[in-house]
Amino acid sequence: MEKTWNNKAWFFVTPVLVLVAISAVIPLMTVVNYAFQDTFGNNAFFWAGTSWFEEVLTSERFHSALVRNLIFSGIILAIEVPLGILVALAMPRKGFWVPVCLVLMALPLLIPWNVVGTIWQVFARTDIGLLGATVSGLGIDYNYVQNPLDAWITVVVMDVWHWTSLVVLLCYAGLVSIPDAYYQAAKIDGASRWAVFRYIQLPKMGRVLLIAVLLRFMDSFMIYTEPFVVTGGGPGNSTTFLSIDLVKLAIGQFNLGEAAAMSLIYFLIILTLSYVFYTVMTNVGVEKPQKGGDA
Amino acid sequence: MARIRLDHIRHAYTPELARAGNFALNNIDTAFEDGGAYALLGPSGCGKTTLLNIISGLLTPSEGHVYFDRTDVTLLTPEARNIAQVFQFPVIYDTMTVAENLAFPLKNRKVEAREIERRVADMLKRIGLADKAGRKARGLTADEKQKISLGRGLVRSDVNAILFDEPLTVIDPHMKWQLRSELKQLHREFEMTMVYVTHDQTEALTFADKVVVMYDGEVVQIGTPEELFERPQHTFVGYFIGSPGMNVLPCRIEGGEAIVAGERVALPGHSGERRSEKTELGIRPEFVGVVERGQPGAMPVTIEKVEDIGSERIVRARLGGERVTAIVREGASVPGDAAVTFDPNALNLYENSRLVARSGGAA
Repeated sequence: MEKTWNNKAWFFVTPVLVLVAISAVIPLMTVVNYAFQDTFGNNAFFWAGTSWFEEVLTSERFHSALVRNLIFSGIILAIEVPLGILVALAMPRKGFWVPVCLVLMALPLLIPWNVVGTIWQVFARTDIGLLGATVSGLGIDYNYVQNPLDAWITVVVMDVWHWTSLVVLLCYAGLVSIPDAYYQAAKIDGASRWAVFRYIQLPKMGRVLLIAVLLRFMDSFMIYTEPFVVTGGGPGNSTTFLSIDLVKLAIGQFNLGEAAAMSLIYFLIILTLSYVFYTVMTNVGVEKPQKGGDA
Repeated sequence: MARIRLDHIRHAYTPELARAGNFALNNIDTAFEDGGAYALLGPSGCGKTTLLNIISGLLTPSEGHVYFDRTDVTLLTPEARNIAQVFQFPVIYDTMTVAENLAFPLKNRKVEAREIERRVADMLKRIGLADKAGRKARGLTADEKQKISLGRGLVRSDVNAILFDEPLTVIDPHMKWQLRSELKQLHREFEMTMVYVTHDQTEALTFADKVVVMYDGEVVQIGTPEELFERPQHTFVGYFIGSPGMNVLPCRIEGGEAIVAGERVALPGHSGERRSEKTELGIRPEFVGVVERGQPGAMPVTIEKVEDIGSERIVRARLGGERVTAIVREGASVPGDAAVTFDPNALNLYENSRLVARSGGAA
């Protein structure tokens, strides 16, 4: 078939290209620029090849930040997804309490991130914070400023408080879209509460759960503001996640080349992991093509 | 299997509606014999689905009782009633295979594994999905999915009744006929009580031995398709069943004759008594003749439209202020100066919409 050539198409495509260029490509290229060169200011650049990348990839510091971040994302996904599903299941489907619940759920999402950090920083303080003072008042040795485990618990609880709502709202949207007939049929088939969840609610929530997991993974993997405000990455380096480390490297130490290389690696890791999540989750439960081709 | 008896059922969805006297179902008192094929027929919003859900136990009626044989099941759950229900939109368990779908109700009832296997294999054959047993159910067509829903009901061979809530709505027209006759076939094989809700008269009349016509929360007539056609007990049945529906003409009664739009129509066998304010004369279009004016007994009409539907023609006319529809054979001429005659043996007289007399016998 002859291909149709129509130069008018450029007219429609150009605005998008320009926008994407300004918002993504050009800034990214600046980073690429720094990642392959060395500079001492004055706009003087020296070709550095892949040495920055080698430095990042072999750096102990990068490895530990990466591991910390993976553990953090793993923990909050393991808590927020099941918890979000449970809360969504417990929410009313109709009546007066629906809007009340929805608004209450949405509240943490509306608070600016550094405010969330500040709230928890104060909340968890052992001298004046309600939570911190209560916990130490109970005789538990809790101090997020000095104890790494306490710092981790604080950051994880804060993230759960802040972001579980998102999972709840997405799951709830998935749940209310299930027609009543499914529940009625399950009743007639004599299905238990667990079977209803396992064979009706969970499969019907699959799509939104995928979105929830992706969003929560990406966000938690890029987390910066809240731990930065609460712990500043400490004590020591115990809550220094990748983005905090990156900022330290770029702004604190002014090591632009290594920071740029790290940004690119960081970006590629998120992209790859998101892709893996997406592929795995969309393929779960989808039948493989059968021989005979009766599809 | 059981005889289902509905004892003075009334239902309102909320207490407020009940206080306002706004009942979705009003005094339903009827029975479905064991092994019968019934259709609940009526327009949208007449309470068919409500009634079905009361039978299945998804709803508990505000008043009245439901009996399966001698047992009062009014307060029992659907599971305890042991009925099966097929819904308007096919309900299948997406993540299971076809065979697992069919096994699901048996597994929930802790049937022995070997027995499950045997019954599922048998049901797969009966619903014609044996070659797709191992496939995931989500990729199937609507009619296959609906067959799975049906199979999930039938696989429990001891169900008391199987209920259908407009099960063919989402099925392609050419599949509808086939599925319906397969249903009929299954009914003959299993001899189960089947109740089939529909607003499609063809579906109701072809599926059921007995059709229950509902209107505005009440059962207006229960009868064979023939009875519904020939002896509509209520003007609603008259115009809801038949295509086009029965002509219902307001009239006055005077000495054994009905006066319709100024014309006199003899009512053989009618005493001439006038008992109610609202009297109507009903006659099916099949029994309205279209003739030249001037013939004895013919009432002059103006023809508004003649629709050719292939096998016959539908004449829409006006008799005085009233609309009259007639069906004439294909090829018969429709005179320009037309008049209509009513077959004296096919006249029905209604008072307050209920049949009080019909020519050729009392109502």
